[in-house]
Amino acid sequence: MSELGTVTFGLLLIAAAVGGAAVLTWFERRLLGIWQDRYGPDRLGPLGIGQVVADMLKLLTKDDWVPPFSDRFVFVFAPTAIVVAMLLGFAVVPFAPQLYVLDINIGLLFFLGMTSLAVYSVLLGGLASNNKYALLGGLRSAAQMVSYEVFMGLSLMGVVMLTGSFSLRAIVEAQRDLWYCVPQVLGLFTFLIAGIAESHRLPFDLPEAEHELTAGFHTEYGGMKFAMFMLGEYLGLILISCMITTLFFGGWLGPWLPPLLWFCLKTFALICFFVLLRGAIPRPRYDQLMTLGWKYMLPLTLLNLVLTGALALLLEGQRHV
Amino acid sequence: MPVIHIDGRAFAVEAGGNLLETCLSLGMDLPYFCWHPAMGSIGACRQCAVVQFRDENDEHGRMVMSCMTPVTDGARFSLSGERAARFRKTVVEGLMLNHPHDCPVCAEGGECHLQDMTVMTGHRDRVYRGLKNTHRNQYLGPLVHHEMNRCITCYRCTRFYVDYAGGTDLAAQASHDHVYFGRQTDGVLQSEFAGNLVEVCPTGVFTDRTLVYDYTRKWDLQSAPSVCAGCAVGCNTIPGERYGRLKRVHNRFNAAVNGYFLCDRGRYGAGFVNSERRLLYPGLRNAEGRYDALDHRAALQHLQRACSGARLAGIGSPRASVEANFLLRELVGADHFAPGFSTRQQALVELALRLRRDSRAALPDIRGIESADAVLVLGEDVTNTAPRIALALRQSVRNEAFALAAELQLQPWQDEAVRTLAQDRRSPLYIAAVGDTPLDDVAAARVSLAPDDIARLGLAVAASVAGAPAAHEGERTPALAAQIAAALTAAQRPLVVSGTGSGSGAVMEAAAQVSEALCAAGKAAMLCLALPEANAMGQALLCGPGALDLAGLTARAASGDIDTLIVLENDLYRRGPRAEIEGLLAACRHVIVLDGMDNATTSAATLALPAASHIESEGTLVSLEGRAQRHYPVFQPPAERYPGWMWLLACMKELERTEVRELQHFDDIIRACAARIPALAGITAAAPDHHYRNAGVRVPRQPHRYSGRTAMHADLSVHEPQQPVDEESPLAFSMEGLNRDQPGALLPFVWTPGWNSNQGVFKFETAVGGPLRGGTAGARLFEPGAGVTATAAFAPFAAQPGTWQLVPRQRIFGSDELSALSPGICELVQPGYLELCAADAASLGVGSGDGVTVGDDLATLEVRVNDTLVPGCAGYAEGHAGTANLAPLARVSLRRAPQWQRHSAQLIGSDGGGGHV
Amino acid sequence: MFSALRSQLRTLWTILQHTFSRAETVPYPEQQPYLAPRYRGRIVLTNDPDGQERCVACNLCAVACPVDCIALQQGVKQDGRWYPEFFRINFSRCILCGMCEEACPTNAIQLTPDFEMCEYERSSMVYEKEHLQIDGTGKYHDYSFYRVAGLAIAGKDKGEAQNEAPPVDVKSLLP
Repeated sequence: MSELGTVTFGLLLIAAAVGGAAVLTWFERRLLGIWQDRYGPDRLGPLGIGQVVADMLKLLTKDDWVPPFSDRFVFVFAPTAIVVAMLLGFAVVPFAPQLYVLDINIGLLFFLGMTSLAVYSVLLGGLASNNKYALLGGLRSAAQMVSYEVFMGLSLMGVVMLTGSFSLRAIVEAQRDLWYCVPQVLGLFTFLIAGIAESHRLPFDLPEAEHELTAGFHTEYGGMKFAMFMLGEYLGLILISCMITTLFFGGWLGPWLPPLLWFCLKTFALICFFVLLRGAIPRPRYDQLMTLGWKYMLPLTLLNLVLTGALALLLEGQRHV
Repeated sequence: MPVIHIDGRAFAVEAGGNLLETCLSLGMDLPYFCWHPAMGSIGACRQCAVVQFRDENDEHGRMVMSCMTPVTDGARFSLSGERAARFRKTVVEGLMLNHPHDCPVCAEGGECHLQDMTVMTGHRDRVYRGLKNTHRNQYLGPLVHHEMNRCITCYRCTRFYVDYAGGTDLAAQASHDHVYFGRQTDGVLQSEFAGNLVEVCPTGVFTDRTLVYDYTRKWDLQSAPSVCAGCAVGCNTIPGERYGRLKRVHNRFNAAVNGYFLCDRGRYGAGFVNSERRLLYPGLRNAEGRYDALDHRAALQHLQRACSGARLAGIGSPRASVEANFLLRELVGADHFAPGFSTRQQALVELALRLRRDSRAALPDIRGIESADAVLVLGEDVTNTAPRIALALRQSVRNEAFALAAELQLQPWQDEAVRTLAQDRRSPLYIAAVGDTPLDDVAAARVSLAPDDIARLGLAVAASVAGAPAAHEGERTPALAAQIAAALTAAQRPLVVSGTGSGSGAVMEAAAQVSEALCAAGKAAMLCLALPEANAMGQALLCGPGALDLAGLTARAASGDIDTLIVLENDLYRRGPRAEIEGLLAACRHVIVLDGMDNATTSAATLALPAASHIESEGTLVSLEGRAQRHYPVFQPPAERYPGWMWLLACMKELERTEVRELQHFDDIIRACAARIPALAGITAAAPDHHYRNAGVRVPRQPHRYSGRTAMHADLSVHEPQQPVDEESPLAFSMEGLNRDQPGALLPFVWTPGWNSNQGVFKFETAVGGPLRGGTAGARLFEPGAGVTATAAFAPFAAQPGTWQLVPRQRIFGSDELSALSPGICELVQPGYLELCAADAASLGVGSGDGVTVGDDLATLEVRVNDTLVPGCAGYAEGHAGTANLAPLARVSLRRAPQWQRHSAQLIGSDGGGGHV
Repeated sequence: MFSALRSQLRTLWTILQHTFSRAETVPYPEQQPYLAPRYRGRIVLTNDPDGQERCVACNLCAVACPVDCIALQQGVKQDGRWYPEFFRINFSRCILCGMCEEACPTNAIQLTPDFEMCEYERSSMVYEKEHLQIDGTGKYHDYSFYRVAGLAIAGKDKGEAQNEAPPVDVKSLLP
C-alpha cells in the first residue's frame, strides 16, 4: 500500500472504529433488551438507531464541567488517553491480507502495550477527580489491570509459539489449516477473560461498580469527557474482538466471502458474545476477581504454555524426524 | 445490701423494696398495671408475675407477683422463665377480652401502657369468642374524657383519685366483670388533681378532653422541658406542640418539685397560648385610637424613639422570667422599676422572702413536705394557691400509717395493708383559715379565724412550743394552741405552712415564729411560705426590699416624672383599683406594653409589642422554694411575636446602651443578671447553657418517629424549610439528637424502647421514684438563715357591725390570670362572688345568689353563704372578674344590690364533640 | 471450578435462549399495561359502605410513611366520628411504597393503579383531602371500622358493635 493509501485507510479506520463504537452503544442496549425480554431504545428512527444521534447531541451539549477540586490537567487528559491508546491499538490489526495500517513484526506486543496504556487513563481519571468513589474506582482498576495483564500476555504466547512470529499477519496466515481456537482453547479462554477485564466491561466492571461506587473512576465526569471514557470502553470492546478474531479465529480467512467481510462477521459475532456476557453474568466480588485472576487464570495460562511448548517441541521433533 | 439472683445473674439491690421496682430500677422490662411508683403495690392485676426459686437446687419454683414480693438476700427469681412469661401473656389476653378495638380513635394510642404491655408480653390474637362487655360513658367535666369500655380494672384511677388525692366523687361500682369506674351521676370531677387520671390510667379510659377534640399522637408532638407558670410551686411540665398549637401538657418528673403529678391548673392552664386574643404583630396607636400593625423593625424604632432621652419607668411582672425583668430593670434603672405586684402584695412577698431567708427552719421540697409528720397550716388555702403542695400535705398525713406499718415490719409500698392497718389514723394536720379549705378532710382540726386571729393563734402556738405560758392565748381557741404545740413538739419533722394567700403579713410572721420556736426546741422544723405567682420569688430577689411599688410609681407619674412607661407582661388592671391604674396610664406620655395577650393594659398602650409566653420562650422562674428553674421554648412563636427579653435586649442595643454591648445570647443575660444581682447569682446553675451537648449532639425536641416533615408545610411551599436553629439552648427543633442521661432540666419527652407511655420515665431515673439520672432540674438560690426576730403581739380581730373585713378566697380555676383563659378551665371558672357566713348574710337580708355591693361601689358580687367563714369577714374570690378593686383585709361596708339579677343555673359545659358519651 | 464454569455457561445459554422469547414490557403509552387492582399508584381516601369517610385521623399512615410525606390533623364530628380536618400528601416526596395502606386500621387509605400523575410544578403534586377523597369503598367493599370498634357514634350506640353485649347496668346487683 502506498503512503497515501495507508494514511487514507488509517483515517477511514479511525472513522469506522469511532462510528462503530457509537453505533455499538445503541446496538448493545437493543441486544440487552432482547435478552432481557424488553425492547430497549426503539423510539428514534428505524429500530431506534436515531438514539445514537440523540445521545451524541445530548453529550455534546452538556455542560463541560471540570470540578474545582480536581487536578485540572490530569482530569482533562485522562479520558483522551484511553481513546488514543485504543485507536493506536487498531493500527496493527490486519483486516484483510492487504488491509492494515501497520505490519510490524512485533504487532502483538504493540497491541499489548497499547491496551496496557489504557489503565493510566482510568487510574489518572480516578486520582484527578479528587473524589473518594473515583479514587476507589481508580485503585480497583489499577489492581485489576496488574492482575489480569500478567496472564493476558502469557495467554497469547501459545499462539506466538505455534506461529513462531509476533506479526499478526503471520499469525493469521498460520491458521490456514486450523484456527488456533482449537489447539489454543485454553489460551482463547484465558485471553477472553483477560480481554473483558482489560476493557473493564461487565462482569469485570469493578472500577465502575454503580451499586457500590456511584460510577467509580468517572463519577466526576460528564458531557464529552464522559463520552470519551465510554468511547474508549467501546473501542476497547471492538479492539479485543478484532484481536480474538485475528489470533484465534483465523482473521480474514474463510471460504466464498471476501476476507474483510469474514473478518467483520467474526468480530461482530464476538461483540455479540461480549454483550451476552454482560447481559448474563453478574459482577463478582472484588476478592473473587483477584482469586480468579491469580489462583485460576494464571496457573491455567502457565499450563497452556507448558502444554503448547511440549506440543511445539513434539511437532518440531516429528518434522526433523 | 441484699444480693438477689435474677435469671442466674446476681444483683446487689436496695433493701426494703419490692421485686418489681427493683427490677425496673435495674433497667429490666417487666410488665405491670396496678403498681405505681408513687402509690405502691396492691397486687391486683397479676401482670408482674415472676418465678421464685427456693434455692439454687430448686428448678421448679413458684409463681409470685413481683410487686408484692420484698427483695431478700439470696432470693432467686426468673423473669424470662417460660411459665411466668406464658402467665403474663394470658393475663393480658384476659384483660383484652372486653377491649373495644378502638385504638385508632383513642387519645391514648401511641402512648398507651396497655399497648406497651401487650406487645411486651406477646399477646396478639383474641381467641375468646364471647361477647364483649360494654359500658356507657359519663360526662366528667371539660378536662377529663371518659371511655369506660377500655378499662382493664387495675383500680389505679380510684387509688389515685380517692386514696392519694382525697377525691370523693369517683369510685368503683358494680361487681365481677361489670366493674365500672365513674361518678354516681354525670358531672364535673371535683378534685383539683383529676387531670392526673390521664397519666395514671394505663389505658384510654381517662384521656385529656382538651386534647381529644384537637388530637395529636405523642410521637408527633414537639415538646421541650418547661415549667408551669400557674403558681409559685414551679412544677416541671412537658408541653407538646403541633402545627403551631399547644396540644397538651404532661408532667415532667422532678423528684424535688412535683414528682409524678400536676394539678389541673398546671395541666390545663397553658391552653391560653392558643387563644385568638393573643397578639401577633406590634401595634401602634394612631390618632383615631386604633392600632396599626407594624413589623418588628418599625416597632423597635418607635420603641427606641420613645425611650431615648425620656424619663423612663418600668413595671415588671411576677409571671415573666427573671431575665426579661432584669433587662427591663436595667433599661429603666433600678430606681424606676416596680416589680409589678399590687402594692399590698409586694409588701407581703418581700416579707415572705425576708422570713424565709432569715428563718432557721429548713426549706422543704416536695419530699420534705411529704415526710412531715405534723403540719400546721396558717391562713393559707394551699389547695387553691399552691395545689401541688396540698397534694404533698395529703401524703404527709400518712406518715402515721407508715409508722404503724413499720412496727409490723410492713413496707410503705404495701399500700392496701398499710391503709387497712391505719384506717383513719393520720399524722396531725392543723389548719387555721378564714373558712373551709379542701384539705379539711384530712385535718386533725380546722379552725376558722380572721387573719389577725390566725396570727395570734400562731404566736400562741410558738409560745406554747417554747414552753412559756402563752401571754395572749387566743381567746377564741383556748385549748387549740396547746394541742397544736403538743403535736408539733411530738413530731420529728414538723412543718409550718403559710403564705401570702391570707393577705396578712402577720400570719406569715406568726408562722415563722412557730417554726423558729420548733427549731429552738431542737426539732428539724420546716417552713413553707406560699407565694402568689410563678416568678414572685424571683421578682422579690431581683428587686430586693423596699423596691418601688405601684403606689409609689403612680404618685411619681401623677407629678409628671414619667415620660415613658414600659409594662412587661402584666395586666395592671388586676393589680389595683381601676381608677388608680387609669390615672397611672393616663399620666405617662408613652405607655409601651409587652404582653402576649390582648387585655385591658395592652388596650391602653400607645405601643403594644407581642411577647411570647413561657411556652414559646426561654426563661428562668424562681419557685417559692427558691429554686431557679429554666423553661425552654416548645415551638417558635408565630409572626412578630418574640420573647420579652428579646424585645428589651434589641431595644437596649438600639439605644446603644453600654451594659448590653457584650450580650448576644440568652445565656449572656443570665450571666449578666447573676453578676449584677448577688441574690440571683445561682440562676446560672438552673440549667446547662446553650453550649451543652449530649454526647456531642443536641437534645431533640421531637421524638424519632415525628411524622409529616415533608408534608406539614407543603401547602405553603414544597421546598421543605430548614429546621429552625435554636441558638439559645442545647435543644434542637428536630428529631436528631440524643434524649438520654442529659441533665434533668433538659428532658423534653419521655420515651424509651418498649415504653411509649410516660410510665417509661423510670428508665430516666437513677432508681424508681429517684431523681433523674442527669440530676434534678433547677438550683436552689438560698438556704435557711440564722433565725427570725421575735414579733410583737397582734391585736385580736374584732367584728364591727356594719363593716366587714375583706378576706381573699382563692380558687384553683379563676384566681390565676392566664390559666383562667385556657380552654376547659374557662368552663370551670365562676363569676366573682362574695362569701358570707349565714348570720352576716341574714343581717344584710341576702341569701346565696343575691347580689351585694361592696363599699362605695367597689364591686357588686354574688353572695354565697358559707357558714365556715368567720363572722365579720367577707371572703371575695380573688382574681375573679369584678374583684379587681377589692383589697385584702380592707374594711368595707356591704349592702344589698337592688338591681341584681340572679345567675341562671350553671350550664354544664357543652360537649364539644357531640353525643358519643 | 468446573461446576462454577458450567454454571456460568448454563447462564449464558439460558440468556441466549431469551433471544426468541417475547418482550414482557409493552411500548407504553401506545399500549397500556395491565395494572392489577393492588398496584401501588396514586393514593386515595375511601368511604365506608355507609358512604361516610373511612379515615379516622389516627395518624398511623403518617408515622408509617418512610418519607414523612403525610400530614393530617384530627377533628371530631358532631356524630362522634373522628375525621381528618385536613389531610395532605406531598406526592413529590411519596415513593408509593404502600406502607400507609398497610398501616391503615380502617382501610381508608388505599393505593390505586394510577401512576400517571406528572406535573410541571412540584406544588401541584401536593394533594389535599379534596383531591384524595373518593366517593367509594375502593378495594375493600365491606369493612366499616365503626361497626367493629367500641366507640359509640350517632346511629351506633354502645353495645351495638360487632361482638358486643348490651351496656352493663352498673346499678344491678344480679351476678
